[in-house]
Amino acid sequence: MFDFIVSKYNYWMYIVLMMIGFYAMIGKNNLVKKIIGMNIFQTAIILFFVSIACKKGGATLPIIKHAHGAEHAIKVSHYLNPLPHVLMLTAIVVMVATLGVAIAIIIKIYREYGTLEENEILRKLK
Amino acid sequence: MIDQAPILIIVVPLMCAFLTPILGQLNKKLCYFWVVSALTASVVFSVITLQVVLKSGAIHYYLGNWAPPWGIEYVIDHLNALMLVLVSSVALLVAIYSKKSVEQEVSGKTAFYTVFLLQVVGFLGIVITGDLFNLYVFLEIASLAGYGLIAAGEKGALIASFRYIIMGTVGACFYLLGVGYLYMVTGSLNIADLANILPDLYSSKVVLVAFAFFMVGIAIKMALFPLHVWLPDAYTRAPSSASALLAPLMTKVSIYVMIRIIFTVFKPCFSIETLPVAKIMVWVGIAAIIAGAIMALAQTDFKRMLCYIIVAEVGYMVGGIGLANPIAIKGAILHLLNDAVMTLGLFLVAGIITYKLKSHTLSDFHACFRKIPLTMIAFVIFALSIIGVPPTGGFFSKWYLIQGAVIAQNWSFVVVLLGSSLINVILFFRIIEIGYVFHDSDQNHSHGEKKITINEAPFSMLVPTLTVAISIILIGIYNQEIVKNIIQFAVPEL
Repeated sequence: MFDFIVSKYNYWMYIVLMMIGFYAMIGKNNLVKKIIGMNIFQTAIILFFVSIACKKGGATLPIIKHAHGAEHAIKVSHYLNPLPHVLMLTAIVVMVATLGVAIAIIIKIYREYGTLEENEILRKLK
Repeated sequence: MIDQAPILIIVVPLMCAFLTPILGQLNKKLCYFWVVSALTASVVFSVITLQVVLKSGAIHYYLGNWAPPWGIEYVIDHLNALMLVLVSSVALLVAIYSKKSVEQEVSGKTAFYTVFLLQVVGFLGIVITGDLFNLYVFLEIASLAGYGLIAAGEKGALIASFRYIIMGTVGACFYLLGVGYLYMVTGSLNIADLANILPDLYSSKVVLVAFAFFMVGIAIKMALFPLHVWLPDAYTRAPSSASALLAPLMTKVSIYVMIRIIFTVFKPCFSIETLPVAKIMVWVGIAAIIAGAIMALAQTDFKRMLCYIIVAEVGYMVGGIGLANPIAIKGAILHLLNDAVMTLGLFLVAGIITYKLKSHTLSDFHACFRKIPLTMIAFVIFALSIIGVPPTGGFFSKWYLIQGAVIAQNWSFVVVLLGSSLINVILFFRIIEIGYVFHDSDQNHSHGEKKITINEAPFSMLVPTLTVAISIILIGIYNQEIVKNIIQFAVPEL
């Protein structure tokens, strides 16, 4: 059981982080805290993607085999798959944009209602 | 030029979106014509693409000439090509329509049109791409632009948009997780490549988890019944032209993604036999239809009522796909087309009413048939189509759906489909009844007959609305041709 947790620790980390973010999005009353939760939720996914770039085992990398100055193939355990990192660069951009839109809307909400507590805003809406 | 048509569908509106703010600095009036011409180009290119697809089969466009498993490719088959023409022409009609209503409702005209174009780019990109991660990026472009457009609306729009951000982000993140899990086991992001690799891995738990994440993520984006809570507020509060763009397209494009994932990325045998997803989808669809219809009955606001009708319509299509026989899927895809056109029309009518009456509650519809007769004629055509009266398009797709349900022997779906059509009768005849009340009985005693004069909507709003009304009848009349030439090829081999 302990082994099971330790050997897959990266997945446990991302799930715990994701649930912290999820809790903040559902449970918190303050809109800024919700946004922070949303950010934690997204960051957990970045960590997940980055951690799957690491491969184990004795397989070799077919791409590097024919490259210049690399006579012998490189073992995957000595190397990180760059593609998830690149995907996450794009995903980070998307997340920054989401954060920007969310914060812009929060600013407008604050100007209109004078508060960022959800229950107070709902009371003022009625 | 024709070879490059697939990429130009995306690139022209995208580049125009970035130039819109600069143009807006020079002259605000130019923005409108700029957007309309950009979208016209997009429509032309997607029609060209459709013709090429009809003549010579699916198109594969390699971006930067990188071969598929490594580079990003655009794949356009019959289903895509139909969706591209649908999305771009809906966007063009809304753009033409938006002139007056944006002037009245939105303060930042330049910003509105920039985001409007980005929104269309997002939709077109989702439809055209053949790469799962690229699809995620376009999904987020569409969603982010949507949040912005909704936030520009009336009182309460900001908080509705904020809620949509929270839910929409969870949906997109789930989709991204699904992509991650598939990448873990296959090392590929290309849809066609995945479809080749995956069948050997169908027993893997990672693949099952990926599939579950995809379905839930997309269900949030398409507002499938228990996850629909963001939709009614957001689309009711949005400015009329924004809701006319978002309401028909966001849900339909998400359903398109669902069809792709169930039938293209995964083989139908996986979604039907390995996991009983198809059966679950039928029941979720039934729940969505019932809930949507009942909630629509309870509404006193016209736009809000339409929003719940959309929730029910999503149920039709998801249920139709879940029935998993060729006729039901044909019906679902035809309904995708019909429903986009019908909801577009109804939201255009809602926009005209908002523009004329400054309100969209049902009780303000008094004497509408005398004030804006042409708009109300269009409204009656859309209402008949939603109810499902021939020769409007809505009848034929419902016919296919019912036929499919009978073949699958799923009687509860048949009953629910017919029942919700009857509820639609009540919903729309209630409005028609209010619209025919030509004078208030209270005022009648004190002021005598108040003359109600014709005060028709401006030309730029009326023409798109009537075009949509004519096209829904044409789709109904030519449904055989559409099914025979396009939709038939979009149905997967079961």
